[in-house]
Amino acid sequence: MAKSKPQAVTPSQTWWLLAAALSALLPLTPHVPYWLSALALTLLGGRAVLNRTQRRLPARFWLILLTFAGSAGVLAQFRTLFGQNPGVALLVLFLALKPLETRTRRDGLAVIFLCYFLVLAQFFFAQSIATAAMTVATIVAVTAALGSLADGRARPADLLRRSGLMLLQAAPFMLLLFVLFPRVQGPLWGLPRDAFSALTGLSDSMAPGSISNLSQSDAIAFRAKFSETPPRDLLYWRGPVLTEFDGRTWRPEGRLALPRLAYAPQGPLIEYEVTLEAHAKRWLFALELPGNLPSDSLMTGDYQLLARTPVTTRLRYSVTSHTAMAAGREESSAVLQRALALPGDFNPRTRALGQGWRDQDKTDEAVLEAATRFFLTQGLSYSLTPPLLGRHGVDEFLFESRQGFCEHFSGAFVFALRAAGLPARVVTGYQGGETNPFDGYFTVRQYDAHAWAEVWLKDRGWTRIDPTALSVPSRISQNLAAAVPAGSPLPLLTRADLAWLRELRLRFDAVANTWNQWVIGYNPERQREFLNRLGMRAPDWRQMTATLAVLAGLVLLGLTAWALRQRRRVDAAQRAWLRLGRRLGRRGLPRTPWEAPLAYADRIAVRFPESAAEIRAISALYGRVRYGNLDPVLLDELKTRIARFQP
Amino acid sequence: MLSPKSPKRLEHVVGATGSVILGKEGQIRLALACLLAKGHLLIEDLPGVGKTTLAHALAQLLGLSFQRIQFTSDMLPADIIGVSVFDRDSGAFRFHPGPVFTHVVLADEVNRATPKTQSALLEAMEERQVTAEGQTRPLPEPFFVIATQNPSTQIGTYPLPESQLDRFLMRIELGYPDRAAERELLAGVDRREVLAGLQPCLSPEELLTHQKAVRAVQVAEPLIDYVQALVAQTRESPDWQVGLSPRAALALLAASRAWAWLEGRDHVLPDDVQAVLPGVACHRLHAAGESAARLTPTEVATRLIEAVPIP
Repeated sequence: MAKSKPQAVTPSQTWWLLAAALSALLPLTPHVPYWLSALALTLLGGRAVLNRTQRRLPARFWLILLTFAGSAGVLAQFRTLFGQNPGVALLVLFLALKPLETRTRRDGLAVIFLCYFLVLAQFFFAQSIATAAMTVATIVAVTAALGSLADGRARPADLLRRSGLMLLQAAPFMLLLFVLFPRVQGPLWGLPRDAFSALTGLSDSMAPGSISNLSQSDAIAFRAKFSETPPRDLLYWRGPVLTEFDGRTWRPEGRLALPRLAYAPQGPLIEYEVTLEAHAKRWLFALELPGNLPSDSLMTGDYQLLARTPVTTRLRYSVTSHTAMAAGREESSAVLQRALALPGDFNPRTRALGQGWRDQDKTDEAVLEAATRFFLTQGLSYSLTPPLLGRHGVDEFLFESRQGFCEHFSGAFVFALRAAGLPARVVTGYQGGETNPFDGYFTVRQYDAHAWAEVWLKDRGWTRIDPTALSVPSRISQNLAAAVPAGSPLPLLTRADLAWLRELRLRFDAVANTWNQWVIGYNPERQREFLNRLGMRAPDWRQMTATLAVLAGLVLLGLTAWALRQRRRVDAAQRAWLRLGRRLGRRGLPRTPWEAPLAYADRIAVRFPESAAEIRAISALYGRVRYGNLDPVLLDELKTRIARFQP
Repeated sequence: MLSPKSPKRLEHVVGATGSVILGKEGQIRLALACLLAKGHLLIEDLPGVGKTTLAHALAQLLGLSFQRIQFTSDMLPADIIGVSVFDRDSGAFRFHPGPVFTHVVLADEVNRATPKTQSALLEAMEERQVTAEGQTRPLPEPFFVIATQNPSTQIGTYPLPESQLDRFLMRIELGYPDRAAERELLAGVDRREVLAGLQPCLSPEELLTHQKAVRAVQVAEPLIDYVQALVAQTRESPDWQVGLSPRAALALLAASRAWAWLEGRDHVLPDDVQAVLPGVACHRLHAAGESAARLTPTEVATRLIEAVPIP
């Protein structure tokens, strides 16, 4: 057999290939080194110029040189050629170089497949709805380019339409595979980069300003799904507990290995599911205090809920809480000792104040009562922009500026209690949140970050006191915006005067959340839950694969039926004629679809001369029945003669 | 109404014409089908392959009056349709009918005349009547124009534009005779003598009856589907520069009916459509692509036929 000459790529096909390469490369440019993006775009641009002027492609030598130089650059940048980022960088380089040696259709196909591969690489870096939409657009373009390789004369609009139609036809399969393909735990290809982008959030220390900074962010900290949302004043989402104070900054207890103390559940049980945004720390948030812990988590001695590893991807967990619990009545003296420690030489006036309470009232409850009364009556106000405080920060806040944010309130309250000899510590976390009316998820944002105090009483254990709530009740009963003076810079979502924008944002959040819950977060548990709901009890991978195969077959059947619907119903005469064609096809004389009846009969007559008269008669009869007046008698005769025809 | 047996007489016409134009039975049948479908015929070929003889033979065998117009570059419309001359005796203008007032017109080398003269003939073909000096005069029935055209690559010609080509139901090429036919031509008697000796097989009235019968040939739904599929293919596929018009589809159907009638059938088969397709479709179609210009009409038709499954 003669070897056929490879088919050359036409200029219009080259334009398509360049467009496909560009659409696959552009979304990746922010994620590869700048020099590489510039190089890739320059190479594509150069190829475009060559295509326009129809000049010769560069010699192989230059391409090899460029390949090695680019690879060396990638090596220098990443110190390795292996791994996710260098790998993507190399593919970007190759995709930009490949069009420069694309002469034949085969080369064109290589470009196309490289494009398809790089489309997937986008998901290394982000998995949002926008990313998915962009990949779909890219795939339409790349598939259109593939179409142009197959049909060089088609118009661009037709190619795009065809490509879109093909993707639409593939959509049911995609959906089936997505839902039914057995899932593995965790992301398939490592961590998407956007897992680390949401790094705003609570830190493990608290200094004046650290939480008020968060008040400017309406980024979502986590979402919760309650069966019934608890009242607002119970919504204390416990985060890091800060015991150590150096005069300016509060830090967690770091030195003592705290044993977890038993606590007796009290009050109603709240069940809910939390979807925590990645924050690169180990804390999990739960309402005070958690009852049943989520899997793969532990609780510290100061009742912080921690994941075993830092939360670098969006994490979903189920947890229960009892909002009234007596915890830590048997607290060890070492812990209490540390909860009383005060750094020397700081805040003499507050120390004196606390000392005064203790001198006046002997019982702890009475001291606490005095402290509470002080915070109620001191005339402290809430401010997002409190004045800067000096060395004696607590003194200045309580007696001079009297303006502060929750970190001032909680820090000062704990300081004063310690001065009065009551063990106390700062608890940070989130307070409040709101229900998104569009999807029913309870949403807690960064501006809901809060700090409160916890005081240890002999017969009640650790007890929550929120000094902010004492001085500025509206912060707890309503929200941040209600607590600060009018005109403070507030995140858009908390402002009442931009209702439409707020609604838009909430809608968007609801859509993004659905995406996160059901597409990104479609893990084995979700899959099991979903399939259960569809009526598959305890599906294992075999059952899923079988279902997948059956359903894929059904979808295929459906699509085929849809395609066949266009075709006219085959009538009886034609069925008989087609049957004859198939039968003779097995003897090497198949009827071609465009072959007219008499012409086919002639061909058969040549091959089987002894049956020539009969086949000519049959074909004439078929012509009469199908194209002349339909006579039922003739139809029967046709059927019989075709059935009997055995050359 | 004629029975399907009647075309036997037409077979005689085909056979007798074949005795004059040797080895060209296919083209003779197409020409006769064109006449039966009340269309006009364009023969495109080199001089001397028998175009005139074919026209002459057909006219004689069908008992029709025949006029030949040799087109030249200095010809005027009046040379075709006629002119009014002042008659001194009656003191009035009298119309002298031109050569177009006949049953069969052989418009020889139609592409040598200027477009204006060409269009005078083409209008007569379309309207089947002539309007001169404000008076409309019908042309005789049946009226059949066989125009011949030298391939337009030759010097000194005005090729017919697409819109004019569309007025011809069919365009055929005669081509060189094969060796055996040419030998017979060279060795045998003078064709002009044979031509002169031809006796009419049909009367003009009989021809009109046949034309009427052709229009009654049955076209079934599946066949219309097929014609539509063919036409749709030319419109949708990138293989063609311009698709076939509805008029072309009608022409295809009319020619197929005539062909089926010639074949002795009262219904049209896809075979008939495929048989007339090269003649009907090829002068209305332009294949796209680099190699298109070199395709012969048969190749063009084959390309179209093989692209469309028979429904």
